Amino acid sequence: MTEILTLSGISKRFGGLTAVSDLTFSLKAGEVVGLLGPNGSGKTTVMNMISGFFAPSQGTIALKGEAIQGLPSHRIAPKGVARTFQLVRALPSLTVAQNVETALAFGRHKLWGRIARERALHHLEEVGLAGRAEERACDITYIDQKRMELARALATEPDLLLLDEWLAGLNPTELQTGISLIRSLERQGMTILLVEHVMDAIRALCSRCVVMNAGRKIADGATDEVLRDPDVVRAYLGDDHA
Amino acid sequence: MLTTTIISGLVLGGTYALIAMGLTLQYGIARIMNLSYGEMIIAAAFLAYVLFGQWGVNPVLGLLVAVPLGFAFGYLVYGLMLRPLVARAASRESLEIDSILVTFGLLFVIQGAMLVAFGSNYTSYNYLNVGIDVFGAVIAANRLVALGLAVVAGGALYLLFTYTLWGTALRAVAVSPRSAPLVGIDVNRAARFAFAIGCGLAAAGGVVISTYQTFTATAGVVFTMKALVVVIMGGVGNILGALSAGLILGLVETFVATYLDPGLTLAATYLIFLAVLLWRPAGLFGRSSR
Amino acid sequence: MTLKSFGSVLFFLVVLAALAFLPFYAGEYVVTLMIGMTGYVVLATAWALFSGPTRYISLATVAFFGIGAYTVSVLSETLPYVLVLLAAALVGLVVALVVGLATLRLAGVYFVIFSFGLAELVRQLVTWYEVNITGTLGRYIFLPVTSDGIYWQLLALAAATLLFSWAIGRSRLGLALKVIGDDEVVASHCGINIAGVKLALFSVSAVIITLVGAIQAPRWTYIEPSMVFNPTTSFLTLIMALLGGVDRLWGPLLGAIPLFLLFEWLSANFPNHYPIILGLIFIAIVFVLPNGVLAAAERIFSKRRGVTVPAANQGGAL
Repeated sequence: MTEILTLSGISKRFGGLTAVSDLTFSLKAGEVVGLLGPNGSGKTTVMNMISGFFAPSQGTIALKGEAIQGLPSHRIAPKGVARTFQLVRALPSLTVAQNVETALAFGRHKLWGRIARERALHHLEEVGLAGRAEERACDITYIDQKRMELARALATEPDLLLLDEWLAGLNPTELQTGISLIRSLERQGMTILLVEHVMDAIRALCSRCVVMNAGRKIADGATDEVLRDPDVVRAYLGDDHA
Repeated sequence: MLTTTIISGLVLGGTYALIAMGLTLQYGIARIMNLSYGEMIIAAAFLAYVLFGQWGVNPVLGLLVAVPLGFAFGYLVYGLMLRPLVARAASRESLEIDSILVTFGLLFVIQGAMLVAFGSNYTSYNYLNVGIDVFGAVIAANRLVALGLAVVAGGALYLLFTYTLWGTALRAVAVSPRSAPLVGIDVNRAARFAFAIGCGLAAAGGVVISTYQTFTATAGVVFTMKALVVVIMGGVGNILGALSAGLILGLVETFVATYLDPGLTLAATYLIFLAVLLWRPAGLFGRSSR
Repeated sequence: MTLKSFGSVLFFLVVLAALAFLPFYAGEYVVTLMIGMTGYVVLATAWALFSGPTRYISLATVAFFGIGAYTVSVLSETLPYVLVLLAAALVGLVVALVVGLATLRLAGVYFVIFSFGLAELVRQLVTWYEVNITGTLGRYIFLPVTSDGIYWQLLALAAATLLFSWAIGRSRLGLALKVIGDDEVVASHCGINIAGVKLALFSVSAVIITLVGAIQAPRWTYIEPSMVFNPTTSFLTLIMALLGGVDRLWGPLLGAIPLFLLFEWLSANFPNHYPIILGLIFIAIVFVLPNGVLAAAERIFSKRRGVTVPAANQGGAL
């Protein structure tokens, strides 16, 4: 398997605060990897650097062998990177279908008109929003907005999908639906990096996990082993539990 | 020649620093982008002109009239026109847009009133127009007075802001308008005072300018523009930054006027502005916070 | 095409034709009035084209207007008329690109400040150039363009601008603008080049404004920098667009027509107090109708029918 994403020695400093420090890991094509760590450990910052929201202060990020660190988001997205946001970002003045069509219109294939419409409806069906296309994005529930956001990300047909706590806040039934949805994406060959706190989902989905604490990588390996790692347990629960 | 240019540059720079401080208070603390600022300066210049011409009041004493009047005017304008906009604003952006629009309207009102009262001719008066020898260069006494006034006013303001509780409270609002109320600061009152002080400084600047420059009723735009450039160069809300940036701009303009052409000073201002925007949009002395 | 949209197109064409025949049955005074009015309709529509969706308030209208007029005065004797217009558009485009590239990546307020002083800067530079290099201030324009001709050109430009504005609303660019208005972060993650979109729109708007100045220039026969770079033009354009409402295609037009007539009447009857009245009207508009008359009318209308219109700036569900 080839490496699709390689982060080498990346750091991000905000003024005096170092949010991510000398982080190195890579994803192979078709892998589903969890990015774990306590709150404030720098997970979302990593996502933001991959998607081009921030430029790293140091280090390189390679996508399929091509350096992308420091490029703006609108140049990274068409290279096959799509994401969802920790707090859902719907486009409130548009309809549900238009939200998805946006990604089609400006993504890799620049689709517009009837084809874009058909694709958008297809992706809405994929995430369980069939028949909801004409509702306004600001009128649907939080969970449906999350689904819509995923459809928007999928519409770009990404090679690499970044999910930032996409499963958070779902009830048990919704969680099962969400997990099987991500599994079906994995079967399609998509590479997925997910930041997640829901342990059941991590165990069910991720073959491998990268764990961060205070901006540094403290573990990287098969999910079961990583979750038993004393460093990881200490990072989450404190010294007493190690 | 060089000494004269440097001293003239410092005089002009001191004036710019003075007016820019007022604008940086208004924008940094009260969050009002005041496009009618230059018109307030010119209005004070006309006031000094009338006081001196009609009643023979020395401009230095004229300050004692103009500054309180400017303060009162600012206090009223904020309360009547701007406070309702602040209250209805949904976000910082919408307040910015509303304040730009309303003060743009105010610009025409003040300018129109001055045109009615004084016409559109160039105006000036003779005050202390005698040469004084400074380091071998002959400088008009009124310019030295202007520099002195700018330094005193600017210095007093800086000390006030740095060492008094009240100044610290105002700076707190500039840095973090949302958390300032948590420590018991009345943000609304702070904004009103900052805006009024800003107008007071504009009045001071106008009186100072009138002592050594000719001015017209329609010259306000240029002063607003220069003050804005200085504010951005110095970093929004940064008093010391405004002071240094004002001096730099004054020196550059004087050099351009002396060695190139007086018609190109605004172009020079714009060039500096462009360079700052491309190179350090957060200001020469500000840390980028975005 | 539905029956309703067919009807609107037909109506648009009929009105346009009726306006085009105006010089044949109306007198010279009406044509002069219509030149001014059509000019402001174009200015306000072009202004709203950029400032409406981006919320960047441009105070540089007269800078481009003046550039257009001045280019015509400089080139009118050396080039054929069509090329003169083209050259004016090109100069406007270059200035717009420079200003846009410098400021549109930054927060909106930098753009406002830059545009605020731009007219004064261009005016001083032109004055400096004329005084120092050519040695004369003021130029004569002798072009064989009648006032009817000017009127027809402006009418065509107005129709083109409205059509363009309408077309943007249904294009990918229009969608990009809505997305940027909603959420810039999502926009760029969807692959939209935000600064590029803003720059494109600002340039188009600036070129149209430049053309208005260029087309109107022959009216004056003699022009000076202080005439064509009069800040009142920027101010009037802004008021008209805001009064009508910048979010709707017909808004600026509906603002421009009544205000133009009002201002004509005011400047004829109160020449001295004109700027004061202007300023007060403007302040009143910002206070009373922050989203323009069309939006206010829609709100009143829907209230009467008992329908609630969701506020445009309400944001997401959370």
